[in-house]
Amino acid sequence: MSTTTTSRPTVRDTPPRQTTPRTGRRLRALVGAAYAAPTAVMVGLFFLVPLALVVWMSLNRWPLLGKPKFNAPANYSGIPEDELLRSAAWFTVKYTVIITVLLFVVAFGLALLVQHRRPGVGFFRTAFFLPMAVGFASASLLFLGFLSDEIGPVTDLLSWLGLVDGYVSWTSGSPDSALASAVLLVLWRFAGFTMLILLTGLHAIPPDVYEAARVDGANRWQTFGRITLPLMRPTIALVLTLMTTGSLLAFDQFWILTRGGPDNSTTSLVMVIYREAFVRLDLGSAAGISVVLLAALLVFNAIQFRVLRRRSS
Amino acid sequence: MTTRAVASAVMAAVLVLATACGDQGTDNADDGAVLTLWTRAATESVSKAYADAYNATHRNKVEVTAYPNEEYPAKLASAAGAKALPDLFASDVVFAPQYASQGLWVDLTDRLAGLAVKDRIAPSHVRAGTWEGQNYALPHTIDLSVLLYNKDLYARAGLDPEKPPTTLREFADHARKVDQLGGDVNGTYFGGNCGGCVEFTLWPSVWAANGDVLDAEGEQATVDSPEMADVFALYRALYEEGVAAPASKDEAGPTWLGALRSGNVGIAPAPSVWLDALEQQGLRLGVAPISGLTGGESTFVGGDALGIGATTEKVEQAWDFLAWTTSDEAQVEVVAKNKGVPTRTDLAANKYSSADPRTVLINGLVAKGRTPYARNFNVSFNDPQSPWLQTVRGALFGDAGKALADGNSAITKSLQQG
Repeated sequence: MSTTTTSRPTVRDTPPRQTTPRTGRRLRALVGAAYAAPTAVMVGLFFLVPLALVVWMSLNRWPLLGKPKFNAPANYSGIPEDELLRSAAWFTVKYTVIITVLLFVVAFGLALLVQHRRPGVGFFRTAFFLPMAVGFASASLLFLGFLSDEIGPVTDLLSWLGLVDGYVSWTSGSPDSALASAVLLVLWRFAGFTMLILLTGLHAIPPDVYEAARVDGANRWQTFGRITLPLMRPTIALVLTLMTTGSLLAFDQFWILTRGGPDNSTTSLVMVIYREAFVRLDLGSAAGISVVLLAALLVFNAIQFRVLRRRSS
Repeated sequence: MTTRAVASAVMAAVLVLATACGDQGTDNADDGAVLTLWTRAATESVSKAYADAYNATHRNKVEVTAYPNEEYPAKLASAAGAKALPDLFASDVVFAPQYASQGLWVDLTDRLAGLAVKDRIAPSHVRAGTWEGQNYALPHTIDLSVLLYNKDLYARAGLDPEKPPTTLREFADHARKVDQLGGDVNGTYFGGNCGGCVEFTLWPSVWAANGDVLDAEGEQATVDSPEMADVFALYRALYEEGVAAPASKDEAGPTWLGALRSGNVGIAPAPSVWLDALEQQGLRLGVAPISGLTGGESTFVGGDALGIGATTEKVEQAWDFLAWTTSDEAQVEVVAKNKGVPTRTDLAANKYSSADPRTVLINGLVAKGRTPYARNFNVSFNDPQSPWLQTVRGALFGDAGKALADGNSAITKSLQQG
């Protein structure tokens, strides 16, 4: 007969510290700084230095070659008069609102669909995430080809189904169809990725909470509204921040798919910055708009975090 | 003298000789340097043909790198900002004044003045590469706008395939007749959502009617002229009648060649360099000059200008290549042999062009055509967000009168922007 004995784990005697508490704290601080140093250097080199350069650039007339000339605040004072910039700012905000709402709804829907383990769910999770493996520029070109009346199958397919008649231009026929094409592309490309983040949040909710709700007789909607949503707030905050920041900086989809048209109706803010820098070759003006956009992003994110954190707490 | 002393003396002599030879080599412009040349994808094949021929007969080696057309200006601007321009870079000739004004190319004024063929180089291209009296670039490739018509569709429509239109009105009539064939066939096709395509193909009709779209300094637009309005009205009518393919309204450039390649378009203004590419698809094509509403003929002398990057340390070697591209050897055996348009006016007729009367016609148009000159050309006309494209869209598909009047002010403002 064997006996099983349980014993408390032995606590190893630690040798007495030779250092004073102050020295220990300093040592720990130094070790911490050493760990943080590589990241700090990277952030400094690739973010803070370029940021400072952009701010300085925005205060100068900055030729491609040759010496810059201080001209503040000319690069900022021209911003309100720029009609293209105004329409691009309005369009970017409109696009951000549309894509944030749609992408969140679609991604959350997908996450709820594949939340529980059941036969075939792995396939769907992979299928939803797969578009993320395609580069964004490549995906934009892919859509350009698909939606083209000349070479793409979409119009032919819809004609065969009797849904459209004759020539249809999806990417530049009208402002609405151009925007819809870009929104469709972004949904296809990013819904799976956003779903994955939301899925992680869903899995982090303890099953006991759901069980307790079921015992208390809560129906599906009550469970969703009273448990899932409140407990998902930190994840939702992260997803919304990623989506709004990404949308305010939208470029590739419009640059490739619609070229900002028709009639500048899908020109985004970053496209205007690109035009100032690489078409007008006015780096100072491009830097000025970039700084304003960065400031707007900071304010926007600060408000968003404050509101969402307050709700979370 | 000991053996060791003799050996030392011989070694010293060899070293002196070797050093002397080395010095001589670096003094020579053809010293085996490797030169980088950037170009846009549209003219890559010509740049590569130049480089291959030069590399085969010189110690210097030219390495060509091509970038997609749309990305190319940004690539150049980034390289300039990093002070890392290539040794040589080509540019769409209409952007040349902007690059010259920004100092992205080395000043070639004295070198060009010493070139034996300087007076025989395409003058509109030389002008485009000139800023404040100094020369910065030479013509690299020439591309002209012409009318290309499908001889088989002409025959089916009852038109004489050997009699192309001589006026713009006649062009419209021919397009209407071909369009009556029905089915997938369309009378004509144009790039109605592409500022560059429209200026390349519609402006020659304005010039042929003795009108203009820009002043000589490139600071004042005249797109609201009666000549421009007439040309727009004609193309607008063709679109509204369904004679122009519906896709013309949205053609932003990328699928323009593809639409003509289908063989379902009767007659269309297009780049002359497409003649060969389209015939390789099995199409039988005729070529005609672009005319004005009631006659005359002109062309847009496009293509690329080539200059020496301002940040290079191999100016002499780069000039050796650049000067060589203007030689008889390069112009005849590289350009003309590959059915291109020589950049030298005295070589328009040569042993290769005479084999095809269409090539003779194309080459002869260089002297009748124009290359518009403006420092802010790209931002005012070619860029998708340019005021010109908005004007074009309004003139072809919207309120034409308002679009031309408003557009003229907006383009002039853009041209004068500092």
